[in-house]
Amino acid sequence: MSASSGRVAGELLLEGRELSAWRGESLLFDALDVSIVAGEVLQLAGPNGSGKSTLLRALIGLSELDEGEVMWRGKPILRQRDTFHAELLYLGHKPGINGALNPLENLRALVGDPPRMPDPVAAGTTSTALDAHGEALLELGLGSRLDIPCRALSAGQQRRVALARLRLQSRTLWLLDEPLTALDSAGHEWVRRCIVERAATGGAVIYTTHQKLALEGVTTRVLELSEAA
Amino acid sequence: MSGDFRRVVARDLRVSVRSAGQWLNPLVFFVIVVTLFPLGIGPAPAMLARIAPGVLWISALLAMLLSFERLFANDHRDGTLEQWVLADAPLSLVVLGKVTAHWILSGLPLVLLSPLLGVLLQLPFEALPTLIVSLTLGTWTLVLIGAIGAALTVGVNHGSVLLSLLVLPLTVPVLIFGSSAVTAAAEGFAAGAQLSLMAAMLAAALALAPWTTAASLRVTVASDG
Repeated sequence: MSASSGRVAGELLLEGRELSAWRGESLLFDALDVSIVAGEVLQLAGPNGSGKSTLLRALIGLSELDEGEVMWRGKPILRQRDTFHAELLYLGHKPGINGALNPLENLRALVGDPPRMPDPVAAGTTSTALDAHGEALLELGLGSRLDIPCRALSAGQQRRVALARLRLQSRTLWLLDEPLTALDSAGHEWVRRCIVERAATGGAVIYTTHQKLALEGVTTRVLELSEAA
Repeated sequence: MSGDFRRVVARDLRVSVRSAGQWLNPLVFFVIVVTLFPLGIGPAPAMLARIAPGVLWISALLAMLLSFERLFANDHRDGTLEQWVLADAPLSLVVLGKVTAHWILSGLPLVLLSPLLGVLLQLPFEALPTLIVSLTLGTWTLVLIGAIGAALTVGVNHGSVLLSLLVLPLTVPVLIFGSSAVTAAAEGFAAGAQLSLMAAMLAAALALAPWTTAASLRVTVASDG
């Protein structure tokens, strides 16, 4: 396990100390220290089954750790769940999209109602103007799919609906588990831009991917997990 | 905070209404089981009137039991549950919202249809208000209890049998007081004592079940991977 390149001197956000996790008979990671400061991007790398997703989930208290403790801004996450969750955005393997609801309804259920629209007449726009959720979906190329149940969308399109949250929720720390799965090259570029922007504006991103993602202009570290022993 | 609650209720109602089979199942089951009794036991009015409270209450309990399995199943499969666990809204409030939506879709239709089935079973008219009140209090309590079991078994393969085993013993008090309230009313006695006890059970379930369910959901999600 190694960390490369220099650190930026941002505020320490998330810190995991001496983390260990077993899955059945295999030790996924042992006495692992992970930390991320504001303005930084951390990629978890390693072969399939090396514990990337487990580590990602453990860092936010979603999976259990056998040993170790995770701190958010210096305090254990389990002691301040609500504060921590309010600054956190997690996108897992399962996108959290319900097939019976359309993209707008799904987003409303996940992130809440969009801010009130300005009065269309006063703003000089037509009454068909989109709210913030619609705008984000439009940006992701789903403008013509807003009222179609998500079960009729492709895997990549469903992933795009889930990714729209990156635009809609202003959270400090993002944890993205394989965000590029099922996305085309335009989708990759969109995710890349979002990650760079988040890091550049004082946030931090931890992500896993097996694909190449060239992040320029931000501090990027790679944490290599070895195969489970 | 109440906004989060309303959001969950609205979402769940919308999802269920679009898949009609989901909320019709318990209702159809309830009607079929109740109508089987006159066929199996014989249509003698005196006999039917005597067993009516028990029949209606047992059928309602089984119909509700049938519906618990899908309380969290979809949300678990598509990852929504993980997002609820990580949301800044309290998980117990989300649970309360889901339970409310579930009652509206599976408990309420059953309550509304019960007077009709009561008449079918020769239950005296004086007992019908008590039947409605007891079923309203009772099905609410049942959904709250069922949510705990559903949360514990949602990650388990073929969890429905386990769910029934977990939940059934806890529902016995509801069944006893529910059917005895209706029996008392049918025989011309006051049912106030039983109904008060049922209201107390509902209050206790409302206070405890959302927290227990939330804790169970956290355990379920943690054991996922």
